[in-house]
Amino acid sequence: MIVSIASGKGGTGKTSVAVNMALSIGNVQLLDCDVEEPNAHLLLHPKISRIEPVYVPIPLINEKLCDHCGKCSNFCQYNAIFVSPEKVLLFPELCHSCGGCTFICPKKAIAEDKHKIGILKLVSAGGLRLVYGELEVGEPMAVPLIREVKRQIDKSRNVILDSPPGTSCPVIETVKGSDFCILVTEPTPFGLHDLKIAVQVLEDMKIPLGVVVNRAGIGDKKVYEYCKEKDIPILLEIPYQRRIAELYSKGVPFSLEMPEWSEKFQTLFNDLRRLAGK
Amino acid sequence: MRQITVLSGKGGTGKTTLTAAFAVLAKKAVVADCDVDAPDLHMLLHPEIIQTQEFKGSKLAFVDEAKCVKCDLCREKCRFKAITENFKVDQFSCEGCGVCTITCPANAIALTERISGHAYISKTKFGFMSHAMLTPSEANSGKLVTLVRQNSKILAAKENINLIIIDCPPGIGCPVIASVTGVDAGLVVAEPTMSGIHDLKRALQLLAHFDVLPFVCVNMHDINMDNTEKIESFCKENNVEIVGRISFSPEVTEAMVNGKTIIKYSPGSVVAKEIEAVWEKISVLISENNLNERVAHEPKKR
Repeated sequence: MIVSIASGKGGTGKTSVAVNMALSIGNVQLLDCDVEEPNAHLLLHPKISRIEPVYVPIPLINEKLCDHCGKCSNFCQYNAIFVSPEKVLLFPELCHSCGGCTFICPKKAIAEDKHKIGILKLVSAGGLRLVYGELEVGEPMAVPLIREVKRQIDKSRNVILDSPPGTSCPVIETVKGSDFCILVTEPTPFGLHDLKIAVQVLEDMKIPLGVVVNRAGIGDKKVYEYCKEKDIPILLEIPYQRRIAELYSKGVPFSLEMPEWSEKFQTLFNDLRRLAGK
Repeated sequence: MRQITVLSGKGGTGKTTLTAAFAVLAKKAVVADCDVDAPDLHMLLHPEIIQTQEFKGSKLAFVDEAKCVKCDLCREKCRFKAITENFKVDQFSCEGCGVCTITCPANAIALTERISGHAYISKTKFGFMSHAMLTPSEANSGKLVTLVRQNSKILAAKENINLIIIDCPPGIGCPVIASVTGVDAGLVVAEPTMSGIHDLKRALQLLAHFDVLPFVCVNMHDINMDNTEKIESFCKENNVEIVGRISFSPEVTEAMVNGKTIIKYSPGSVVAKEIEAVWEKISVLISENNLNERVAHEPKKR
């Protein structure tokens, strides 16, 4: 089973839920798909077993063959190539690596080069396998690196995908193909507002979902009212407790120090199986 | 005109709470909510929309079934696996590149434009606001951020306002880069957790990469004093200006529940006073004189 953990609003506790659940069940592979700000490894203190650079293809122009016809620049939807009568300018950070310019060039003047966008780390902590990516600072495109992280999925394990915040392309790339998605929210107006957007995205993508309420007890009751109205199951509530917040701040998964939570996360995972029909 | 972006790397550290407070304290500023896929600032500032703009950010391939000869060439050439076995376009995978349109021998595929969001220009009790909403599950938030920023500049020029305060989304990728390029200063709101420290460092690297003057404040600093000190000594070692500490307070959530900025909700509170002190410090640091001095002493790298 592949479970993704997303949220809409940032800082609601996605990584905390992902890591604590991963530690509470067996045979797990955790993939941290927040390649812009990966944090799961900070709670797991893993041993590194492999680091790989990740490249994307970008155009390589042979100026000798190029006659500056401008077809590539016209074709490129992302404005990654600019052709003037004298020169061809490339903007690799805008390129989506579709390869279109290499097909469209009538002079066969465009080949492909590789451009490094980040690194992939494969690590382990006890029996737990963790894969995560680190986007190079200044690189805008997270999606190709997320794709690379997800290429490491090992279906023989219980796969948990920790998503970046938001509701746009990096989130879609992460949750795509998952059997179930947990949306972690906090019971506040910001939490509810962003939860609603995230629910709409998952409904569009036809991915079954449920909610985990983190920091329960703060804010108001509107998240609960919304979930009831939409018939969305509330899978777990994690109360706001200073001890949980302090453990998190030190990089300690709270289920290790508060073993009753380990059982709750096991129950949560069993509920997911049932809800996803797996 | 001066522009400052409130960012954090990590989500949920208090960017929007602080931006809304600054909008009140600055008295004369345009605020821009650049978190276009999960915007929250409007819930504290209650903008009245004056103008709405359609945003056409991305294109989508469309296969005309009547013309399709099912040759499979489009499926071979598409690097995003966006065309399904029965020759339908998967809208969640298609990046609108157009490769399928040029490989199709039957001319059965075209790119279609779609409305992927809306941009708004609004008025609030505290001034003007530029914001937007990306249609859920759409791509290209970076382009919409650029539009929000253009609108904020036009507004500022028209209304003769010389300060823009930008609320940034979390992360360090495309919409964040679009929110920080070309601004005068970036305030990184850090939280004293292991993740907070890690993400702060990457956010500071991003500001350095784009040659933006960095400031740091530690929010909810009393959650972990050791980490707060670690953050501050890291900043000192790296010559990054620390503009203050803000305490954890349940009043911040109460203010949010009441749809108010913390400044208006509990004006005399410790946390409101701390935020006022942070803003005062920033106002001096980003005054025309100080910024001009920076330009004179530290010539731009690029």
